[in-house]
Amino acid sequence: MNLLGRLGWDALPLDQPIPMIASAAVALGILVVLAWVVIRGYFPYLWREWLTSVDHKHIGIMYTLLAMVMLLRGFSDALMMRSQQAVAFHSQGYLPPEHYDQVFSAHGTIMIFFVAMPFLIGLINFVLPLQLGVRDVAFPTLNSVSFWLTATGALLVNLSLGIGEFAKTGWLPYPPLSELTYSPGVGVDYYLWSLQISGVGTLLTGINFVTTILKLRAPGMTYMRMPMFCWTSLASSLLIVAAFPILTATLAMLILDRYLGFHFFTNEAGGNVMMFMNLIWAWGHPEVYILVLPAFGIFSEVVATFSGKPLFGYRSMVIATMAICLLSFMVWLHHFFTMGAGADVNAVFGVMSMIIAVPTGVKVFNWLFTLYGGRIRFEAPVLWAIGFMVTFVIGGMTGVLLAVPPADFLLHNSLFLVAHFHNVIIGGVLFGAFAGYEYWFPKAFGFRLHSGLGKAAFWCWFIGFYLAFMPLYVVGLEGMTRRMQHYDVAAWRPWLLVAAAGAVVILVGIVCQIAQLWISIVRRVQLRDVTGDPWNGRTLEWSTASPPPAFNFAVLPQVHGPDAYWATKQQAKEQAQSPRSAPEYEPLETPRNSPTGFVCAFFATAMGFSLIWHIWWLAIGGLIGAWATFVVFAWRDRTENVVPVQEVARIDQQNLRARSAALTAGAP
Amino acid sequence: MTAAHPVDSDSIVQMGLEGGAAPGRGTGGPASKRVYVGYGFWIFILSDMVMFSAFFAAYAVLADATAGGPSGRQLFDLTNVAWETACLLLSSFACGLASIAAASRNALWFHIAMAVTFVLGAAFLGLELKEFAGLAAAGDGPQRSAFLSAFFTLVGCHGLHITAGLLWLLTMMAQVAAKGFRADIMRRILCFTLFWHALDIIWVAIFTVVYLMGKTP
Repeated sequence: MNLLGRLGWDALPLDQPIPMIASAAVALGILVVLAWVVIRGYFPYLWREWLTSVDHKHIGIMYTLLAMVMLLRGFSDALMMRSQQAVAFHSQGYLPPEHYDQVFSAHGTIMIFFVAMPFLIGLINFVLPLQLGVRDVAFPTLNSVSFWLTATGALLVNLSLGIGEFAKTGWLPYPPLSELTYSPGVGVDYYLWSLQISGVGTLLTGINFVTTILKLRAPGMTYMRMPMFCWTSLASSLLIVAAFPILTATLAMLILDRYLGFHFFTNEAGGNVMMFMNLIWAWGHPEVYILVLPAFGIFSEVVATFSGKPLFGYRSMVIATMAICLLSFMVWLHHFFTMGAGADVNAVFGVMSMIIAVPTGVKVFNWLFTLYGGRIRFEAPVLWAIGFMVTFVIGGMTGVLLAVPPADFLLHNSLFLVAHFHNVIIGGVLFGAFAGYEYWFPKAFGFRLHSGLGKAAFWCWFIGFYLAFMPLYVVGLEGMTRRMQHYDVAAWRPWLLVAAAGAVVILVGIVCQIAQLWISIVRRVQLRDVTGDPWNGRTLEWSTASPPPAFNFAVLPQVHGPDAYWATKQQAKEQAQSPRSAPEYEPLETPRNSPTGFVCAFFATAMGFSLIWHIWWLAIGGLIGAWATFVVFAWRDRTENVVPVQEVARIDQQNLRARSAALTAGAP
Repeated sequence: MTAAHPVDSDSIVQMGLEGGAAPGRGTGGPASKRVYVGYGFWIFILSDMVMFSAFFAAYAVLADATAGGPSGRQLFDLTNVAWETACLLLSSFACGLASIAAASRNALWFHIAMAVTFVLGAAFLGLELKEFAGLAAAGDGPQRSAFLSAFFTLVGCHGLHITAGLLWLLTMMAQVAAKGFRADIMRRILCFTLFWHALDIIWVAIFTVVYLMGKTP
């Protein structure tokens, strides 16, 4: 028996320069950062304030940071694909097929699971308790475990770059290609275990958010007074709870097929390939709405705030959100009309897919009517929101086209489809994430992001998106299928060159965003916001200091209606007084830091890696370690820190003074 | 009650409330910790049920895909299943007694009831493993056909839950022995009992869908 399982020196892709150089660069980058942290003596701070933090704000920021770093990885895959297709006309291009296949699989996997998901979960984590007017999520330590399991998944995916290979099956590993017979390497195993581990994290997050929203809200915060973002987070979290277990089960079946010779999806012994498609899309379609609903919530907040008006049609927005939440489970079959389930089945799912566009349309009109007659301030978040409305409507309409089964038979698996889902995911989810990032950044760090670079980034992304993806609609209609490593059709070539140029414009947008972050940090003193309410916000997160204290609110706010903080400010302005008088303070408890999440992720990484490489003893060790971590956690006696009453009073008085000054100055 | 652990965040949260309003309903502020811990665990159980329903769906699709091998009618032994069911349901009863003992802070009876729960749960697991081993020895393991893959996965997943539950049970006994009926430990006992009873519900579904329906023509 080999102590290291399948792992050997041949796992290093020494014959392939691109992954070798890339992974060497990443490894070097990590080493430099680590060395910098250790030499500057930041490690204790990092450990205390971030790695072991169970504060929802810190966890949210770490999620967002993870997403942004992974965006760079996913985007470099995108650049490789666009450049490959730009040159691979009548030639092999520069990426051999087995590498190109890994690139598009990694791109999809990373962008969905390790960019879009953690970005939105990060924003929800940061904002949700603040908007609900409470001190943390329901289960703070579990929250940290969730984050670290997600990070474990991201780590495993990136390990595959330098050690072994990644899946060559696309972002959803369709059998029988993904079965052992046709994918004998470790690629699919990397995919499976990284998603299983991060999937547990996502599920726990969903449970955490549902419990927080339904059970922990400030006094007076009834359901119909919750900010729209809380509603969409609720819908999204409910979908996580209902859909992610299906993903776990489906991937478990594929794992059993690959590891123990089961026959769920094999060609032999009665396995049923189409069952995989059904199961994976029973998760996969709700997943689309898991991603886009929080983005809808962000746009609702942004549009209302920057129009200086309450959200138009709040109730219809709530109903539309929950309708989407339900309907999202009834359309999965439109991902494989070509399965041949028959005209009647296809018709039902086609009609359902069109029906789900109705509540989405309701939302678009609500945003438009919110903007209508408003005094709109064209800050970067609004630009993202308006760009979203235009782009998303186009993506939605091509989606309705694809929902027509006869049309889908022609467009299935073509670049038209690729253009469609990038149209909704970039135009919807990513624009939403960026809007939220611009909007809540001052709340998280106490200073604004550089406005000019933010707008430049938006325009680059916006124009780059159209340049990169509109041509794909055309070549899709001309019959180009997705995932082509090379092609010989001359008519496609110009469009693919335009698409590659679009990707470069997006790259400029990303460079603008990095520059924006860098310059904003350098100029943080000029960009400082002392009021805690830089946008003249409407919801409770703007009523506390920026960055908020560990306990968020010195006294839980009393909510008397929708747009709770707006009402407070109006009242204070009318009566020319501070937003609220100094209350009786009490000592507060904040949950104590815990390394549980970090340690657990360490063992999960060991377990995942050893399962991929069949190092069984280490897998068992990892499992025992993870279990032992929880037992140690269960044994601890002190679970909370107490913030003394003087400290609470000092922090809150400072916040109140800043706010009164801002209000009396008439600003913002 | 919380002498060993005087500072419980529920009490702090509730102190800030005006009397009369219902916590957790929007009018009265956040719910107490006991309420939302149990609530969150219910949500987890729901998600677990969703996972099982995926395995049930797979079983339903593949139940006839025997690939020329034996079907459930030839393989299932209802006597063994009846004993398994008896063990599991009785262990749930014992688990209920354990939660009553915990509620009245009776450590002795808590440990006795938990021990009985453990023994019955382990007996269930033993019977299941005996069935699995018998099938595998006769060449009817999960590699034989898609039907058997789905069978072993569905029933085995429940068995895996029981195994995890038994481990959890032992840590709960150890926690009570070491720390007493502290507020957080009481909440964990609540979650454990919810978990154990939920596994019963899943077993009832397995018993019906897999064994009874598999055996009846």
